[in-house]
Amino acid sequence: MTHTVLIGLGVLIAVLTVVAALGLLPSLRIVPDETHFDFTRFRRISFPISAALSIVAITLFFTHGLNFGIDFRGGTLLEVRAKSGAADIAAMRTTLDGLRLGEVQLQQFGDAANVLIRVAEQPGGDAAQQEAVQKVRSALGDSVEYRRVEVVGPRVSGELLAFGMLGLMLAIVSILIYLWFRFEWQFALGAMIANVHDIVLTIGFMSISQVDFDLTSIAALLTILGYSLNDTVVIYDRIREMLRRYKKMPMPQLLNESINSTLSRSIITHFTVTLALLALLLFGGHAIHSFTAVMMFGVVLVGTYTSIFIAAPILIYLGVGEHREDAPDTATPAKKSKA
Amino acid sequence: MLYFTRWKALGIILTALIVCLCAVPNFFPEAQVKTWPAWAQRRLVLGLDLQGGSYLLLEVDSNYVKKERLDQVRDDVRRTLRDAKIGFTGGVTVRNDAVEVRITKETDAQAALAKLRELSQPLGGLMGSSGQRDLEVTDAGGGVIRLSVPQAAMLDRLRKTIEQSIQIVERRVNELGTVEPVIQRQGNDRILVQVPGLQDPTRLKELLGKTAKMEFRMVDTSVPPDQAQAGRLPPESELLMSASPPPTPYVVKKQVLVAGGDLTDAQASFDQRTGEPVVSFKFNTSGARKFSQATQENVGLPFAIVLDNKVISAPVIREPITGGQGQISGSFTVQSANDLAILLRAGALPAPLTVVEERTVGPGLGQDSIEKGELAAYVGSILVIIFMLLTYRLFGVFANIAVAINVAMIFGLLSLLNATLTLPGIAGIVLTVGIAVDSNVLIYERIREELRGGRNAISAIDAGFKRALATILDSNITTFIAAAVLFYIGTGPVRGFAVTLGIGIITTVFTAFTLTRLIVAWWVRWKRPQSVPI
Repeated sequence: MTHTVLIGLGVLIAVLTVVAALGLLPSLRIVPDETHFDFTRFRRISFPISAALSIVAITLFFTHGLNFGIDFRGGTLLEVRAKSGAADIAAMRTTLDGLRLGEVQLQQFGDAANVLIRVAEQPGGDAAQQEAVQKVRSALGDSVEYRRVEVVGPRVSGELLAFGMLGLMLAIVSILIYLWFRFEWQFALGAMIANVHDIVLTIGFMSISQVDFDLTSIAALLTILGYSLNDTVVIYDRIREMLRRYKKMPMPQLLNESINSTLSRSIITHFTVTLALLALLLFGGHAIHSFTAVMMFGVVLVGTYTSIFIAAPILIYLGVGEHREDAPDTATPAKKSKA
Repeated sequence: MLYFTRWKALGIILTALIVCLCAVPNFFPEAQVKTWPAWAQRRLVLGLDLQGGSYLLLEVDSNYVKKERLDQVRDDVRRTLRDAKIGFTGGVTVRNDAVEVRITKETDAQAALAKLRELSQPLGGLMGSSGQRDLEVTDAGGGVIRLSVPQAAMLDRLRKTIEQSIQIVERRVNELGTVEPVIQRQGNDRILVQVPGLQDPTRLKELLGKTAKMEFRMVDTSVPPDQAQAGRLPPESELLMSASPPPTPYVVKKQVLVAGGDLTDAQASFDQRTGEPVVSFKFNTSGARKFSQATQENVGLPFAIVLDNKVISAPVIREPITGGQGQISGSFTVQSANDLAILLRAGALPAPLTVVEERTVGPGLGQDSIEKGELAAYVGSILVIIFMLLTYRLFGVFANIAVAINVAMIFGLLSLLNATLTLPGIAGIVLTVGIAVDSNVLIYERIREELRGGRNAISAIDAGFKRALATILDSNITTFIAAAVLFYIGTGPVRGFAVTLGIGIITTVFTAFTLTRLIVAWWVRWKRPQSVPI
């Protein structure tokens, strides 16, 4: 079935390629060529919205918290598949509750046979975790196939969390230093505010959706960071270029022109990333499901919004472009770019 | 921007081609690749999450190492002072991570200090140039001498312990007959063990969880065990429990007749009379001599075979054993006799190991993950390719060619590095496709903009490349920094993601700067276009 679909799509690509190479394909534009949205004026709405959302996200983080996976909380996770074809959750729960291992969560996923078992961290150090997983294994015996077993002891989980957070900080700082060298400090600061805003909102999303927060989530956060910065840098590059070219254009107008001229690129790129992520989300399977869901939210929703409505307009407040020379403009704005 | 010398064009194409060719071994079965020359054998390794297997992180008990060292120092101090005939009161004590001794006569204190200083060795043997020593001997005043082990010396000892442990772990794991296990040191006090294809690590954990310190000692028959338990334990003996249930106490002398280090071989076999599983062993020459002497002196008395401070059995010596070989019986199953033989052959661990992290993936899940990852990658790529064709038409064809070469190069580089492909790694490749497409989008949108600005076709293409490439470099370096940090802090699957993302960025920048430009340059030279169909 899937093969037929893949082959069909392959044929479609071949046909499209030939048609495109012959120049017979009509052009599809999802963004009109010339746009003149007043993005910077929108900052009077977008900044309060972002501030409010950030506060909500932080509140959620403190009230609901994150659903720490075993990487950071320690404990045991077993993914089992009932050999009979359908797992009897109730019977399994009774069996496992009889082991007196404290909190045991059972969760069915995918089809009826798959069950995810989480056993909370046992008191008594690393050896106690090993005993617990042994007990679960012998209690369930041969009735299930053990597809995945993960045991993380208390010390390792603490280290993983500390390392993950450290990595996130390290990434932000090193990227900032790079931006500071490449641009001016205002740009680095603007990018940092945009970044932290992205991460805060994504953490809020993780808190609401209660997806497992584990090592892969840190990877997702870092990727979101990278993508969002990628976008911010593209717009900043353009702003810098415009600043050099139009010395007398008022800042809000200059920012608007920069955002508008990179708008089609932003939309097209995000659309392709969405396509790739959508494929991962739909077909990538359970193991990377939460990873892609988080990415989808962070890159597609938040990242796009931030680079357009936060990262660029915030430069006004940071005083970019205030001390430009009073030299006459070398070209009239928005008509012709200078060669 | 659009002019390439012939040599440059050739160089670019050759580089791309060679990197792409590096991916070729992945398409052939492993057995066939093995027959190729060594330089052609580099290929992608599937991570444990894709091929199934066990990952264990073991930790050496650093407190044990410290305690062992301090006990050793205490014994040395006792012996040194006795040999020098210097009196001390209250015994030699281990307190606050240091060994302390109180010299009876204050006049002896200086002599004692000088003698004890001789115990301290320069760190790193004769080659040691750091000036640090493995023992710090200080006068704590009031006749008290304190010997402490400096941090550097402790770390040095821990490092040696880890090195020894890795060797033993290697031998034990290899005994299981698994394919290509990976055993590496991690950090100061940890050992990482990866065994591909192992579905149930229970036996492996049992094998690695035992120190396997084997000793032959005499049973102390002067006191019955129940009296010893009540407190009447002779100072030269200790109370040990039996290894097999029910736990039975034995009074065993502390002196070791022969230790496990003197064993040269151990095999599981069956007792010829009773037919039950036993472990037969052979001593080396010195072990054989010690054992034969000890058995000659103690005929009629029981001796204890002690493993990790538990008594396996305590047979009575019926006659002197001079041949240097013997057998251990002690309610074994075939499996436990086999395991003990493995442990004895591999040797004892210098310190106990604990499993601090374990991740096992069954083969079914791994296969599922590969299939799903592949499907997602195909569907994602196809969607992106169609979208690019619809948006940029002829230039979409160029972009798709460039992205396809880009992906092939990613696989080539990953193979060249013998990198491990994990499920997050596949996600990384899919995301790279997104980034690679973005570089093309940036270029094409810029060209369109330049065209709108009134440039002619060729000048617009030229300016579009020039301006977009600066942006591509900037934006990719930031993403690369994120990938580098991920690689640095990440372990296992996350690292796999960072590797593919990082390599993807490198190939993306390379393709954008060279191949895409080259393709467009050729097209320009061939068509001499008046307008750009973009």
